[in-house]
Amino acid sequence: MNALALADLTYRWPRQPAPCLDIPRFDVAAGERVFLHGPSGGGKSTLLAVLGGVALPDSGTVTLLGQRIDTLSGRARDCFRADHIGFIFQQFNLLPWLSALDNVLLPCTFSAHRNSRAGDARTAAAHLLGHLDLAPDLWQRPAAELSVGQQQRVAAARALIGKPGVILADEPTSALDAPRQQRFIDLLLAETQAAGSTLLFVSHDDRLAAHFDRRVALAEINRTAQRAEA
Amino acid sequence: MKAVLRLALKSAWARRLTLGITLVAIALASALLLAVERVRHDARANFTQSVSGVDLVVGPRTGGVQLMLYAVFRSGAATHNMRWDSYEALATHPAVAWTLPLSLGDSHRGFPVLGTTTDYFRHFQYGDRQGLKLASGREFIDLFETVLGSTVAQELGYRSGDRITLAHGMSESGMEHGDKPFTVVGVLAPTGTPVDRTVHVSLEAISALHLDWVGGAPLPGLAIPAEHVRKFDLAPKEITAMLIGLKSRGDVFRLQRHINGYRGEPLMAVLPGVALDELWQTLASVENSLLAISTLVVLVGLAGLTATMLAGLNERRRELAILRSLGAGPGEIFLMLVAEGLVVTVLGVALGVALMSIGTVLLAPLALAQFGIPLQPRPPTANEIVLLLSIIATGLAASLVPGWRAWRMSLADGLTPRN
Repeated sequence: MNALALADLTYRWPRQPAPCLDIPRFDVAAGERVFLHGPSGGGKSTLLAVLGGVALPDSGTVTLLGQRIDTLSGRARDCFRADHIGFIFQQFNLLPWLSALDNVLLPCTFSAHRNSRAGDARTAAAHLLGHLDLAPDLWQRPAAELSVGQQQRVAAARALIGKPGVILADEPTSALDAPRQQRFIDLLLAETQAAGSTLLFVSHDDRLAAHFDRRVALAEINRTAQRAEA
Repeated sequence: MKAVLRLALKSAWARRLTLGITLVAIALASALLLAVERVRHDARANFTQSVSGVDLVVGPRTGGVQLMLYAVFRSGAATHNMRWDSYEALATHPAVAWTLPLSLGDSHRGFPVLGTTTDYFRHFQYGDRQGLKLASGREFIDLFETVLGSTVAQELGYRSGDRITLAHGMSESGMEHGDKPFTVVGVLAPTGTPVDRTVHVSLEAISALHLDWVGGAPLPGLAIPAEHVRKFDLAPKEITAMLIGLKSRGDVFRLQRHINGYRGEPLMAVLPGVALDELWQTLASVENSLLAISTLVVLVGLAGLTATMLAGLNERRRELAILRSLGAGPGEIFLMLVAEGLVVTVLGVALGVALMSIGTVLLAPLALAQFGIPLQPRPPTANEIVLLLSIIATGLAASLVPGWRAWRMSLADGLTPRN
């Protein structure tokens, strides 16, 4: 079964003449870890918003974990996102006024599903933070006091807690220096595998693609980009 | 939903400095509005309770408001008097239960002197039909004896046995009746009415003081010493006004018509309740503008809340995007903002009530001394609760604006805030 499936998808921003996404077909198998390469401003963030159910496509279908989310109501899409998707952003991933540990626990307060899958949520959070190499004395610190690298590991732990079916990562390493980038990706890949989640990792930096199961260029699947290049 | 509201509180706590300042502004504004409303209410209650149980106030024909001003509030001067025989004629009218003559015009160090009879201590009532009580001493019996209102005694430090002299006219620089001193024989208990500021003497004493006066000045070459005045006829010729209590209230309009058409001299009778209302109406514009100003202050405070929250919103776009990614819907984001505004408003109003209560306790002595308004700490009245609730409702409306903007933002931004 595919964890992610897009078919005949088009998306146009309001007040824009041409669609920025035009994807006839794009599938990611369950458990697969895919590197999606695309230049900045190439519609990557829009694609993630559509996959996350935050933006609705103009046409086509978006299927996650066997569920058509483009036909769900707004409320149901919000719930689906809370239950089944973990997000990691470029930077400023955390609520600065919450401790690292409370940030990790956030998905469990929003989703009963994630909470029950996490087992004992605090133990699960501690476990993840430990695996992601965050020293225990940092766990109770407000997120604002952590370094960017530490914040990204907390963000990864938050995306992973409760083992969501899909992890969507939007340039999560762009704020890190080169040696830390690879280290972060290795940790993320290992933990994603341990959680049994599907990972879609979006970046403009092709050098990071090495350890993924598959590398896809956005231009290969998005006809808008192909037209632009032609 | 509960998760979002809990986060809203934590987020607000993280911005407690700016929100705190807004909260204090709302608190001060609500305290001001509440104080104005309370002073207004208490002043009015105090005002309308300054006389009670009196069915008619009678005096020479002037305006009803003027008659009340000098007969009840002892402020302002009568332009002319009514004759004593008119008083006697009305006092014996079959419908009348009791009468009190009032003779004004002298003063003691700025406090009005009232010449009357000892019936005053039995028939005069204030508030909710409360009678006068002596705090110490006794009523006046002898000619040159006086009973003081509580404020007079307290402010000037008089006790029974002290001797005071009266001055002619209401100004402190009026000519003294220095040759005829009075002995303080009693002090009345506080009433919160103009009685507290009055020096009470007998009608005969007023006559005695003015035996050797004509037209507001001592007769040159004629001075009648105090020990000789008793040889003269001290029965009053004129009084300033009179109060009438009826046997049956049903007769009030009949007697009023009778007095207004009295053949002996032009007189008028007014119903104190009606005249007090009329008098209060003349103050209504002051009262209303005070209320309007404090309402504006509250609106300024709440506009500050809206501005603070809107200004903070730009810095919080990431926060809102993170909450969206965690499954919060635009509706929940909206609620989160509205809840924040509501909490700040409610806490502000609560703090305002507390400030107001503390202020009441601190300022009560001043208000009583300066304006004769007894302020008492008490739970908010129904009227005040309506006022407080409308502040909260306006605060809610004020937070709909940032709420709506956050809702729009979270829809437009999706997961990638633009800044």
